[in-house]
Amino acid sequence: MPDTAQNKGRMLTFEILQYNPSDPQSKPHMVTYHLEETLGMTLFVALNMIREKFEPDLAFDFVCRAGICGSCGMMVNGKPLLACRTLTKNYPDGVLRLMPMPSFKLIKDLSVVTGQWMDGMSKRVESWIHSKEEVDLTKLEKRIEPEVADATFELDRCIECGICVSSCATALMRPDFVGAVGLNRVARFDVDPHDERTAEDFYELVGDDSGIFGCMTLLGCEDNCPKNLPLQEKIAYMRRKLANVKDTGGGLEIRVEG
Amino acid sequence: MKIQYCDALVIGGGLAGLRTAVATQEKGLSTIVLSLVPVKRSHSAAAQGGMQASLANSVMGKGDNEDVHFADTVKGSDWGCDQEVARMFVTTAPKAIRELAGWGVPWSRVKRGERSVVINTERTTITEADDAHGLITARDFGGTKKWRTCFTSDATGHTMLFGVANQALKDDVDIRERKELLSLIHKDGRCYGAVVRDLIDGELEAYIAKATNIATGGWGRVYRTTTNAVICEGTGQAAVLETGLGTLGNPEAVQFHPTPIVPSGILLTEGCRGDGGVLRDVDGYRFMPDYEPEKKDLASRDVVSRRMMEHIRKGKGVKSIFGDHLWLDISILGREHIEKNLRDVQEISMTFNGIDPADEGPKGWMPVRPAQHYSMGGVRTKPTGESPDLSGLFSCGEAACWDMHGFNRLGGNSVAETVVSGMIVGNYMADYCLENEIDIDTATIEAFVEKEEQNIREIMSRPLNDDSIFDIKRRMQEIMDDKVGIFRNGEELQEAVDELRELLERSRKVGIRYVTHASNPELVEAYRLPKMLKIAISIAYSALLRTESRGAHYREDYLKRDDANWLKRTLVRWSDPEATLPEVFYEELDIMKMEIPPAFRGYGRKGMTIEHPLSAERQAEVDRIREELEANGADRFEIQDALMPFDLPENYKEKNERQGIGYA
Repeated sequence: MPDTAQNKGRMLTFEILQYNPSDPQSKPHMVTYHLEETLGMTLFVALNMIREKFEPDLAFDFVCRAGICGSCGMMVNGKPLLACRTLTKNYPDGVLRLMPMPSFKLIKDLSVVTGQWMDGMSKRVESWIHSKEEVDLTKLEKRIEPEVADATFELDRCIECGICVSSCATALMRPDFVGAVGLNRVARFDVDPHDERTAEDFYELVGDDSGIFGCMTLLGCEDNCPKNLPLQEKIAYMRRKLANVKDTGGGLEIRVEG
Repeated sequence: MKIQYCDALVIGGGLAGLRTAVATQEKGLSTIVLSLVPVKRSHSAAAQGGMQASLANSVMGKGDNEDVHFADTVKGSDWGCDQEVARMFVTTAPKAIRELAGWGVPWSRVKRGERSVVINTERTTITEADDAHGLITARDFGGTKKWRTCFTSDATGHTMLFGVANQALKDDVDIRERKELLSLIHKDGRCYGAVVRDLIDGELEAYIAKATNIATGGWGRVYRTTTNAVICEGTGQAAVLETGLGTLGNPEAVQFHPTPIVPSGILLTEGCRGDGGVLRDVDGYRFMPDYEPEKKDLASRDVVSRRMMEHIRKGKGVKSIFGDHLWLDISILGREHIEKNLRDVQEISMTFNGIDPADEGPKGWMPVRPAQHYSMGGVRTKPTGESPDLSGLFSCGEAACWDMHGFNRLGGNSVAETVVSGMIVGNYMADYCLENEIDIDTATIEAFVEKEEQNIREIMSRPLNDDSIFDIKRRMQEIMDDKVGIFRNGEELQEAVDELRELLERSRKVGIRYVTHASNPELVEAYRLPKMLKIAISIAYSALLRTESRGAHYREDYLKRDDANWLKRTLVRWSDPEATLPEVFYEELDIMKMEIPPAFRGYGRKGMTIEHPLSAERQAEVDRIREELEANGADRFEIQDALMPFDLPENYKEKNERQGIGYA
């Protein structure tokens, strides 16, 4: 804590985009607020102060305020960040320009629809275990190598905050792009021994330009992921794997649904 | 008027609600889940350290089973729990964790051979058995006899929530986000669904269902300093209170977690101490063994939190501008362990406090102080999860007082309760839907919707006065922190009740500056505030009336646990909507039906109980039954059944297999 002491009392400037698309009178515009910095101030603290003091209907989303739930992604001086983990002391000139994340439908001000987008992604990549094995709950669980469980966990840490999508040029050009979040999800089920899906199955889900072949490897996702997921490595791995499915051909033609 | 019909309506999209929805949907019932936020952002995601289930795979869990888990849970509750429900819970928990494994939750696994752990600050080598390799492992937690808490690093709630939410997506459960419960629709003692507000366009809708489940989580945000997410405001429980029929159980039973970080109040998991971390004072001294020689830093949460505050009161806290605190030291566990099993703790500490807890010595110590964490109380239910007061109304998870936690919940038992109660209550709720049809006319529905519309119109029409919603809310939270906290006394509780009642009056008059329906956070605050105040008053008033100390409810003016007079559950009902105080009455706990009659918990202060005469009588009876059956060669299941029979749906009562001992 002591390292924040020198910044106490500094006057901060917040420039916040305000716009309510459901109100025909409303036009997007920036509004400026000034707040005195407090010790350890985060954007969670600052935005709530602005709502209490100046703008009671300012819309933004927080849930856990601890960097765990992924609710509060927003653009801070042009970079998508989790607002709750963003400390004002890290902005030397004291100016923070806040905008909603692009690529998601705007509700109002800083609040965007990420949940439905993520549910759509989850359904598209069938983000659940595919297994013909019936689990008998009274019996010992299936054994998993500890390292494999850890590797699955590593990719299961994604919190669906949407920061990878709002960092992604492909997502801006192709609204149907599944995003790094979707490709990471495929990689997660690929490594999980509970899931019986093959590379061919994953190819069916994401083997096109709105999926694994749409990524232009600009890797804003990797740069901005607040959970430091190995997105670059996993996208490259899945692309190589699924590209091979296409090369071998044949197998796909004879697949029968059902 | 928009009316939506379904079979099963689940309010709340955390672990408990989603698991319930999976149960009803998989029984062929049309199920709708309503959530304030995208369901994967629910507060369940913040559960860190793990889920208790007596798998006994790790060498440190050997000998564990349902009986040991049950005894730990009952002692943890300070004999306030419903023992039948605790039995239902411990029997189903191993099945729940195995189900979740099948749904892809990447539980940490046992690795055969030697590994290094820290026990009582000593580095020790333990050897995991060959035949346990690859099974689900566990860590130590407070108030438990065995290492029983299964985990995925310290993001257990997150992986569980994603596993269950993905299962709900697979089952095509109809999940609707940014929907808020305003009131429950009921007639002649039967619940028919809810009036719901869309948080984007502000429109009201009626959801009509054969059964409705309140799975809205805890009410921690009536306190100022809490680990709870900002959505945990208790408005689901308040909607039950506002039926004038439904009851809350034990609202005064509020848990304060020992180690939220200062000043943000963000949780640092009990796994920190479970894995061998310790608390230290201003002198760097490890003080807990002085107070609790047996369990030390790992006594139950109520006990550790009180001991910490006691130590701070002795002047041993660390001074800071955010008040006195103590240190949590996990640096002794080593960087490798922290970066694998306590990585969210490390991330939180580094992000919010600039401290890397893996740094050796005082540099890595994290500032901690107890803060509100969990509501043991909630919507009173029967063991099936149904309200005893309103037919067709169910509740589970933290929102409910089902009541497996009594007056103190063990770490790792809440995230376990979410899925276990979702399985059990979800199945009972499905049965209810299959057995009961709906018969309600639209005029009745319309009247309930109109009442809520009228309420919103009334809020919008109020003239602005000098008062502010935010001031009232903050004052409520300060009162709860200052006067209804860890140490309570009659005088301060009375002051709290009196002032909270005034705040409730003020909350009914305060105006708002923006009078639009759509996406209006100020309006949302305005209609939630009286609901939150009703919860706060219920907590403070019940705490004032309970003149004993039990579990987390600690009265400085009544230091003893008083089994003779207070072995009973508080029930709160709010029949008069204009009133500023609820009715409080009590439900006796029947000692003669308990499997474990009241005794000493094994931690906390000794000799601080006023005995109930029946405790000894029941203990003698339990001993006799056990002795007779053992002489006849009965196994532990037959003995348990003779002491306290209980039911479970599906195959949940079947025995659980364990490595090396089968179904023994």
